[in-house]
Amino acid sequence: MTDAKTLVVIPAWNESSSIAQVIGEIRHSNTDVDLLVVDDGSSDSTGAKARAEGVDVVTNPFNLGVGGAMRVGFRFALSHGYDAVVQVDADGQHDPESITLLVEQLDDQVVPQMVIGSRFSGEQTYDASRTRRLAMRILAASLSRMSGERLSDVTSGFRAHNRKAIALFATEYPTDYLADTVESIAILTRAGGKISECPVAMRQRTTGKPSQSRWKSLIYLVRIFLVLGLTVFRKRTVRTAENESTSGSS
Amino acid sequence: MAGVHIIALVCALITISVIVELTRRRYIHERFALIWLVVAVIIGFFAVFPEVFNSLAHWIGVKNPPDLLTVVAVLFLLLVCVRLSWEIGRLQQRTEVLAEEIALLRKSLEDVETPTQ
Repeated sequence: MTDAKTLVVIPAWNESSSIAQVIGEIRHSNTDVDLLVVDDGSSDSTGAKARAEGVDVVTNPFNLGVGGAMRVGFRFALSHGYDAVVQVDADGQHDPESITLLVEQLDDQVVPQMVIGSRFSGEQTYDASRTRRLAMRILAASLSRMSGERLSDVTSGFRAHNRKAIALFATEYPTDYLADTVESIAILTRAGGKISECPVAMRQRTTGKPSQSRWKSLIYLVRIFLVLGLTVFRKRTVRTAENESTSGSS
Repeated sequence: MAGVHIIALVCALITISVIVELTRRRYIHERFALIWLVVAVIIGFFAVFPEVFNSLAHWIGVKNPPDLLTVVAVLFLLLVCVRLSWEIGRLQQRTEVLAEEIALLRKSLEDVETPTQ
């Protein structure tokens, strides 16, 4: 899809030092996309800075985590009739030049589809700790099996979603802290969706700390496998957003 | 009636009155109040008629009646904990959805009040 009506969703929690720059860069290289910043209960001026840039801002009343912020983004996209949603992190590690690359690969209208911008399958400008890399490799291997698609970077938060995926994730996007990226792949797979990967260059985040220390990534791995195991058996939860389309303003 | 039975009876009566008062002030839901009231009544009953509890234990095959009390109490509390975890999970999920809905509603309200284009 090349002429898709695209919404770039930026989940942001206390990213006031980078948000304006990230918005500027996305605008610079993508003139035909709309931007939505989901201010996820920031205690700093993230929301105000984003508003000053003239983009749409939705403010969560308290911190819900990336998963909760993305679900807000998907609902917004659903009620405003967008064809594609691209998730871009607010810390500047995703190269906005690649947004169109991801959207172009959305070629399906029938089933939910997600294209993941992967930092491993392309040129390597990103550097992660050894434990984290190992964790990611194990995760990638098991999710590849599950989805029948070779995936190398399942925790990447740089993703494009088609209409069907937007509708699915508006109610089903997982809010488990840190596990959302992985679980969403499992959910999409279970819903019969298509997943593919697209190599992109990643940059070192301009600000902020990486989400995990070495010790934490072990706990993270255990938790994620629990979540993954559960997803296989889990009943689809029914959330209340059926009459969502009536609450949008356009 | 031995001292321990009097203590048990007093505890049961205190539990009943506290639960009734909390329910009356709507601090706890009837559903939970009922559980605790039933427990308090059972404890009170066995405090007044300890020999019933003893023969019950012997009938089941427990040699030392207090052991039965311990096992039943632990299992019951475990069940209550699981039940509470379940309740918390459900509440958390609903709170999240509500927070998201509020965020989106506030956004559409802003859009109505100050049209951007």
